[in-house]
Amino acid sequence: MHKTVTLTIEGVQVTVPEGTLIVDAAKKVGIDIPVFCYHPKMEPAGMCRMCLVEVGRPVIDRATGEVMLEEDGTPQVRFGPRLETACTVPVSEGMVVRESTPKVQEARKDILEFILTSHPLDCPVCDKGGECSLQNLTMSYGPSSSRFRYEDKKHFSKHVPLGELIFLDRERCIQCGRCVRFQEQIADDPVIGFFNRGRSLEIVTYSEPGFDSYFSGNTTDICPVGALTTADFHFKARPWEMNSSASICTQCPVGCNITFNIRREAKSGGKETIKRVMPRQNESVNEVWICDKGRFAYHYAQNPERITTPLVRRDGKLTEASWDEALSLVAERFGEADKKLLTLAGGRISNEDLFNLRQLTDSLGGSKVLYTTMSGGELTARYGMAPDSNFSDMGPETAILVVASDLEEEAPIWWLRVKQAAERGTKLIVLNPRVTKLDRAATYTIRYPYGSESVAVGAFTWASTGATAEAPDAVKNFAHSSELQAAAEAFATAENGVVIYGSEGVGLKGSQTLVQACVALLRSTQHVGKPNNGLLGVWQRANEQGAWDMGFRPSANIEDELLGADLLYFVAADPAGDDPNIRFDTNSFMVVQDLFLTPSAKLADVVLPVQAWAEREGTFTSGERRVQRFYPAIVPSPDMFPDYGVTAQIGKRLNIEMEARWANRVFDSIVDNIAAYASLSFIKLSKVEEQWPIIGRSDLYYGGTTYENKQGLGVQLPLAQSSSGDTPAGENAPGTPHLEVVELPKLGLLAFPITRLYDRGTTLLPSTLLHQRIPEPFIILNPSDATRLHIPQGSRVRVSLGEKPAVIANVYLDNNIPEHVTLVPRSFGMSINDPVPVDIKLAR
Amino acid sequence: MTNVKREPPTGYILLRHREIPHIDQLDVYRQHGGFEAFHKSVTELGEDEVTNQVKISGLRGRGGAGFPTGLKWSFIDNNNWPHYVVANADESEPGTFKDREIMESNPFQFLEGVAICAYAIKAHDAYIYLRGEFWPVAGFLDQKIRELEEVGLLGENLFGTDYSLHIHTHLGAGAYICGEETALLESMEGNLGQPRLRPPFPPSYGLYGKPTVVNNVETLTNVPLIITHGGEWYKGIGTEKSTGVKVFSLSGNVEHPGNYELSLGSTFRKLIYELGGGIPNGRKIKAIMAAGASSALIVATEEALDTPMDYESVPSLGAQLGSASVIVIDDSVSIPWLINKTTQFFKHESCGKCTPCREGTYWMMHLTQRIVDGKASKEDIQLLHDVAEQIKGKTLCALGEFSTEAVLTGIDRFPADFEGSVSD
Repeated sequence: MHKTVTLTIEGVQVTVPEGTLIVDAAKKVGIDIPVFCYHPKMEPAGMCRMCLVEVGRPVIDRATGEVMLEEDGTPQVRFGPRLETACTVPVSEGMVVRESTPKVQEARKDILEFILTSHPLDCPVCDKGGECSLQNLTMSYGPSSSRFRYEDKKHFSKHVPLGELIFLDRERCIQCGRCVRFQEQIADDPVIGFFNRGRSLEIVTYSEPGFDSYFSGNTTDICPVGALTTADFHFKARPWEMNSSASICTQCPVGCNITFNIRREAKSGGKETIKRVMPRQNESVNEVWICDKGRFAYHYAQNPERITTPLVRRDGKLTEASWDEALSLVAERFGEADKKLLTLAGGRISNEDLFNLRQLTDSLGGSKVLYTTMSGGELTARYGMAPDSNFSDMGPETAILVVASDLEEEAPIWWLRVKQAAERGTKLIVLNPRVTKLDRAATYTIRYPYGSESVAVGAFTWASTGATAEAPDAVKNFAHSSELQAAAEAFATAENGVVIYGSEGVGLKGSQTLVQACVALLRSTQHVGKPNNGLLGVWQRANEQGAWDMGFRPSANIEDELLGADLLYFVAADPAGDDPNIRFDTNSFMVVQDLFLTPSAKLADVVLPVQAWAEREGTFTSGERRVQRFYPAIVPSPDMFPDYGVTAQIGKRLNIEMEARWANRVFDSIVDNIAAYASLSFIKLSKVEEQWPIIGRSDLYYGGTTYENKQGLGVQLPLAQSSSGDTPAGENAPGTPHLEVVELPKLGLLAFPITRLYDRGTTLLPSTLLHQRIPEPFIILNPSDATRLHIPQGSRVRVSLGEKPAVIANVYLDNNIPEHVTLVPRSFGMSINDPVPVDIKLAR
Repeated sequence: MTNVKREPPTGYILLRHREIPHIDQLDVYRQHGGFEAFHKSVTELGEDEVTNQVKISGLRGRGGAGFPTGLKWSFIDNNNWPHYVVANADESEPGTFKDREIMESNPFQFLEGVAICAYAIKAHDAYIYLRGEFWPVAGFLDQKIRELEEVGLLGENLFGTDYSLHIHTHLGAGAYICGEETALLESMEGNLGQPRLRPPFPPSYGLYGKPTVVNNVETLTNVPLIITHGGEWYKGIGTEKSTGVKVFSLSGNVEHPGNYELSLGSTFRKLIYELGGGIPNGRKIKAIMAAGASSALIVATEEALDTPMDYESVPSLGAQLGSASVIVIDDSVSIPWLINKTTQFFKHESCGKCTPCREGTYWMMHLTQRIVDGKASKEDIQLLHDVAEQIKGKTLCALGEFSTEAVLTGIDRFPADFEGSVSD
C-alpha cells in the first residue's frame, strides 16, 4: 500500500497517495485547476504557469518537530509569498491549497492575457474552436479585452505541414510542449522539438518524412489549442456540429476504444458522414491513446468503391441481382446433397457474424476455416491473461517476454503499454531475430536465427527450470548464452509473467510450435491462471481470438482445402488478393461476402455486399480476450445487412433458424452456446466505472479531447477450463513440445514473412492520406547477400517466392538482418504464408 | 549584525596576476604555492575536511545567488553515482567580465579550485561550461589542462592515491539563459537551453541526472587559498556574513572601468570614486546598477554611496549585489532609454519556456520602445508597470524575475524621467 497524505483544497479534505501532485489531488475531489502544459499521463513541466495556486503548509516547531497550533487548536498554516504551480508541487501532510482567491484569479487572468498577446484569435476558422482549452479558460478566467496593441502582435506562418499528416499553426501555438513531451515520453519518437527561443520558439520536425511516428495524431488531442491539427480533419467540420458514436478499432487485436464523430452533410446527399476518429478512454486497453492507423484508416467504411448490391454471375459475367435472387441461388447450391462446404472467414468480422457462420456451416456439415497464418487461439483461451489483467498495473514484480514480434508494427498500442511497464520496472525480455524499436525498452535482448523461434523459447524454458531436464541438443546449445540464462531466471523468479508471441518470420506451422513452446514456458514457471500472467497472441486481425472462440481454425494448406471443396463461402477473406495464383476448383460454387469487389469476389459466382462495422453493432474479442461492444455510427445504404444478417437469410432459406436482425440476440445465442462467454450480456459489456485520470468532462484542458467512456469498458473473458475442470495452474507441467527448426540455407535465400503497420490491405488503401506512408511492395536483404547477387540498394527486383511466378518489388538493405534471409512483408501483394525459398533477380 | 569590513592580510586573493607576473605559467604558479592546496586536500585532509574548511570560510557563490558554497557541496547525494563538478563560466550578465580575466590571467588557480571541489565531492570528471564567445579562452584552458595532465596534476592516480580526475571544457552556443545552472546542464546534455523545474536541485539531480555541484568560476578560484590558509583565515576577510573578497566589474559612466578586487563590505563610494576615478566630464552620478542588467536601479544618494557592498547591505537599498557588476549611470542618461536597453536584452534572451517571461519581456520591449520613441501616453507607463508586476512572482526561473527589476525600480524611483517622455 502507498503511504497517503491528507490535505485541504478549497476547504475540502482529500486523502491521496504520497507524491500526488496538487492538480491531480484537486481533480479527485472535483476541483478543476486550469492547466495548459500539464497532462496527467506525462511528467509535469511547469511551463505555462496557468495552474498557480496559493499553498499553505503547517508551521513546524523546530524544537519539538510538532505542528504548531492556533489558539483555537487548529494547526497554524503559513502561506508562502509566491503562488506555486499546482502541476509541479506534490502534496504534503496538512497542506492547505486555495485556488479561488482573488490573488489566484488575478494570476490566471494575467497568464491568459500574456498567452493571448500574440494569439491570432482566429477561433471562427480554427478546427479546435468549440473544444479548445484556451477558448474555454479564457471564457472562465480571462480578461475580456487585451491591453496589448494589435500592431505589436507577432505574426507567424500558418498551415505549416509537419509531414503530411499533421499541420502546425505557429500563431496558435502557446509553446506548452505537450506534443514534444508526448513524442519523447510516451511515443519514444522524439521527431519533433522546439527550435529557436523566446517569442520565436517554434515546433519543428527533425524526421524524414516529417513527424514520422505511428502516434502523431495523439498530439492533436492533447494540444490545448488549434496549433496541431490532423490533415484528415483540417477544415472539415466544427466540433459542435458533430455527433459521436462509440466503436472499437478493427485494425489490430488491441481493440482500442474509439469514438466516431459524424455529421450529416450536403455533399454526401444529406447522409451521416464520419468526420474523424477519436480515442475513447479505456485504461485497461488503450488508456487515452490510439495509433495513426486506427485514427486515419476508417475511410474504407464510406468508400464509393464499396459494393452495394448483390452480384450473380450470368454468362460468365457478374451482374447485379436482387437479394432474393442471390440468396435463393446461394441457398439452393448450399443445400445440395453430398457437397462439401468450406467457410473461410477473416478475423475482421464480429463475434455475431462468426457465430451465425458457425451455425450455418455446422448445420450443412461444412468446415470452418479461419483465414490467418497464426495459430494458438485455443491456447490463449486457456492460458491467456486472466481477468483483471492490465499492462498499466505491471511493475517490477512482472516479467514480459515478447517473442517473434515487431510489436510496434503489429500492435502499436501494446508496444506503447509494454514499454511503459518496462519504464515502471517490469523486466522486459525481447526475443526476436532482428532489432526492433521494442529493444530500446528491453532489460534483456536475445537474438535467434530466423526459423528458430521455438528453439529459443524452448531454451528459455529449459534454462528457467534449472537446465536439468532432458532436452534436444539444439535447445541446449542455444541455452549457453549468459544473457538468455539471466533473462530466463528473471522470468522464472518474477511474481507475474506474460508471454507475447507474434508472427515475425513465422508461418502457420511455425506458429503452432511456437505457441506450444510458449505455453510450456508459462506452465513450467507457474505464470498461468492469475491476473497479469499468461499468454497473449498478437493476432493478424482484430477479432481472430473471437473467431477461435466461435470454433474457426486455420488450415495448414489453404490451397488444398480450397481444391477439396465443392462450395466456397468467403467472408471477409480474400485469398486471391493475397495470392493471385492461388488455385480453385473451377467447378466449385463460390460465394464471396465482403465490402469490396476483391480479387476473390471477381472470381465468385455470387457476391454478397455487407454493412461496414461503422454502420452496425456487434462485439469483438481483443487479444487480451476483452469482449467489447461497438455501435452503429452512420446509416447504411438501404437493403444492406450486417454479415450475420446475410448469413441468417441464407440459413432461413435452408430452414436453419438464426437471428438476422438483432446483434444482441445473436450475442445471447453465443452466451448460451460458447462456454467462455456464458456470463456475458450486452448490458454487462456496456458497463463503465470511473477511470483515472478523469478526462473528457467539462475541462478538456486536463486530459485533451479524448472521449470519456460512457458506452462500455468491455469484459475480459475467464480462462477456459480443461475437460477435467482443473484450473490451468493445477495441471501437470507438460514436457518440452516437439520443436521444429527451419534451417537457413548455406547458399541462396530463404524468405520470411514480417508485418508492417502500413500495409496494402483492403481496409487501409482507401485512406489516401496514408498513401505517402505506405511503401510500394518491397523486400529487405542483408547487404552482403545483395552484393553477392549484384543488387544495389533501392533497385527493383523480380521476386519469385517458392514456385510462384515472380512479382516486382523494391529492395531495401539492412545490416540488422542475417545473411541468407529475405524479409517479405505481408499484405503487399507478395504471397508468403510460411518461410519459403526465394529467387531474386534485378528487374529490367 | 556587525557589518565591519575586514581587509585581506596580504594583497590579492583572486587577481593575483596583477602582482605576480606570469602566474599563468605553471612553474610560476607552482613557485607561489600552486597545487599545494590540491595536494594537501588529496593526501592529508580528505573529502569531508575540505568541505568543512570551505564551510568554515563562509564562502558564498559569486555567480549572483550568494548560496553558501560548502553547504552546497555537502548536499551532494552520496547514494547516486557518479558525481560531477560543473564550473559555470557562461559569464553573460551585461557588465560582468570578471571570470574572463581570472581564466585568462590566473587560470591555474581556477583549475586548482575545480580540482579541489571535484575531490571534495568525489567526482572524477569536471566540466567547464564557457559561453560560446569564449572559444579562445576554452582553447587556452585546454592547453593548461594538458600541461597539468603532463605533469600528473590531473589524470589517473593523483599523488599516488587512487583518486583520478579529468577536467573538460564545453562551449555554449550563445544563450544568456545557459548561465542559469539547470539550463546550463540541459545545454551540456545537448538539449535546448531551458531551465529545469527545481526542486530537484543539481546536488541531487544534475548533469545526466547525477549529483552535480555547479559553481561560478570566481567562487572556485577562492578555494585553493582557503585550503592553504584555512577557512578561519578567509572568514576573517569581508564582513561577518559576506566573507572574503569579491571581484567587482565596474563599468558605465566612470573614469576607470575595470575589475576591482575588494573585500566584501567595501562601499560603492570607494569603488566608484576612489578606485574608479569618479564620473567623467564633471557629470553627476544618477543611478547604480549593482548586478548588471538584472539590477534594480539604486538611486545614487550620498547614503547609497556609503552603503557597503555585501549580500546583506545592498538589499537595504532595494536591490541585490548579484554578480557585483556595478554599472554607473550619470545624469546624461534617460532611465526610459536605459530600461529599453535592458528589456531589449531580456526579450532577446528569454528562452520562451514559461509564459510570463516569454510574452512579458516581448511586451515590455514594445512598451519601452514606444516610450523612447516619444509615442507613449501616461497610461502606457502604468501599463508597463502592470506588465512587469504581472511577470513578477510567476516565472519558472529567475531570468523573468530579473527582467522586471530595472523596469519597476526605474518607474518607481525615477518618475520624472518618465513624465518627461510621454505625451499627455
